[in-house]
Amino acid sequence: MSAPRGIRFDRVVKAYQPGQQAVDDVSLAVEPGRFVVLLGPSGCGKTTLLKTVNRLVEPTSGSISIDGVDVSATEPVALRRGIGYVIQQVGLFPHMTVAQNVAVVPSLNGWPLQRQEARVHEMLELVHLPAHEFGARFPRELSGGQQQRVGLARALAADPNILLMDEPFGALDAIERTRLQGELIALQRQLRKTVLFVTHDVDEALRMADAIVVMRTGRVVQYGTPLEIIARPADAFVSELTGGHDLVRLLGLMRVADVPLAHDGEGPDPGAAIGLQADLRAALSAMLAAGTARLAVRGDDGAAAGTLTFETMIQAARAATGKAPP
Amino acid sequence: MSYLFRHLDVVARLSGEHVRLVGVSLMIALAIAVPVAVAITRRPWLARPVFGVFSLVYTIPSLALFALLIPVFGLGFWTAVAGLAAYAQMVLVRNTVAALRGIEPAVLEAAHGMGMSDRQIFWRVQRPLAMPVFIAGVRVATVSLIGIAAIAAWINAGGLGTLVLDGIEHDYPQKALAGALAAVLLAVVADQGLRMLERRLAR
Repeated sequence: MSAPRGIRFDRVVKAYQPGQQAVDDVSLAVEPGRFVVLLGPSGCGKTTLLKTVNRLVEPTSGSISIDGVDVSATEPVALRRGIGYVIQQVGLFPHMTVAQNVAVVPSLNGWPLQRQEARVHEMLELVHLPAHEFGARFPRELSGGQQQRVGLARALAADPNILLMDEPFGALDAIERTRLQGELIALQRQLRKTVLFVTHDVDEALRMADAIVVMRTGRVVQYGTPLEIIARPADAFVSELTGGHDLVRLLGLMRVADVPLAHDGEGPDPGAAIGLQADLRAALSAMLAAGTARLAVRGDDGAAAGTLTFETMIQAARAATGKAPP
Repeated sequence: MSYLFRHLDVVARLSGEHVRLVGVSLMIALAIAVPVAVAITRRPWLARPVFGVFSLVYTIPSLALFALLIPVFGLGFWTAVAGLAAYAQMVLVRNTVAALRGIEPAVLEAAHGMGMSDRQIFWRVQRPLAMPVFIAGVRVATVSLIGIAAIAAWINAGGLGTLVLDGIEHDYPQKALAGALAAVLLAVVADQGLRMLERRLAR
């Protein structure tokens, strides 16, 4: 039998003081290539749990393994070289240029200079900071968003399989945060890293995650897809955290393609159409804007794929929450 | 002033002695202060006892400190060096600790998280970032050692203090003045030189 791939937490406990568990008996499996968000209010233990993976925090009991190998079996310095780490305050080295910052881990790993340089180029390209323009600058000459892009490039430079991100966009303004979220989603589609991402921002979690781990007082309250978390919250805490059966949020997590379309031939109102891959929140918005309950749906190739009606959309949303149709 | 210009060779020789006295003391002081400061930043509980001892030493009048050291090292150069090195500890350790503590914690967390060893963090991150504040400490220590080293002539350690001492003893103010002026000049040159270094490192 091959060893389980990905990150596994097995009954992990961290008590900074006896009787006060920051992390309280957490068992989780994170599949390789998945983007998993640790979500919860401050003090819920999500950052502590994250840091057990690269051994910045040693668990009081329990174990963490990566691809079947217990992290405590690997020397911390060697372990961390293979794991990307991004933090909210970025922590760029102020005395080094952008290029030198990105090259830190490759240089620690003893890569030849030429390979380091090529890699720095590639990484800065990836985060939309062209090396010829930004490579020679110092961190203090960059905006907050640009600094965090460098932070991300630095974390990815040695091509780690795992990326740990601790509220990486928490210090950015709303516009920059949204932009970087979008870029990270696009990057992840391309790179397929195993990502653990800590946040207390529900919308960020819903937008980024393949799966969300909701935490409270050191425990995992629920582990599921964004749709599951919104549609079937495990308890009142999750429900309150995620905005309590917020159906509009729920619609944002479902796609037009998830809803049975009508082919009844009764023509939809002209001018109102939507793509198969759009989410239902956008569909609702389009209905409201056009003052109609019916939308023409266009397939990925642009051809007509059927009709989306308000009734079927609402039924699908209610079905997702486990409620029988009225 | 007449003494100064008629005996430039003597003043130059004694200045050389003075520089050597301060230089050797400073090197020994740094060899102690830097590891002590690094130890304090890693184990904060050390701060209290260490600063307690050094500030006690710092309060002893320099002449008394030299006198206390005579039974240990005898009269002469090394007694002066021991006293001067002890004096410099307070300023050097305090500044070095401040320099190391002034580094943003996120920078150190990132360094750890990326897989730098403690040694790599010290040489690649802490040392360069602490340098400007550290050099400021060296500058203050150097200037005060140049002043205190003049007193070392009392214990037969040579240096520019010899001129001051002789001048007072033989009621020859010109000679005392020459020694004092030369010491001031040394201090100003050291201060300006290290300030320049500080500015270059702070960029």
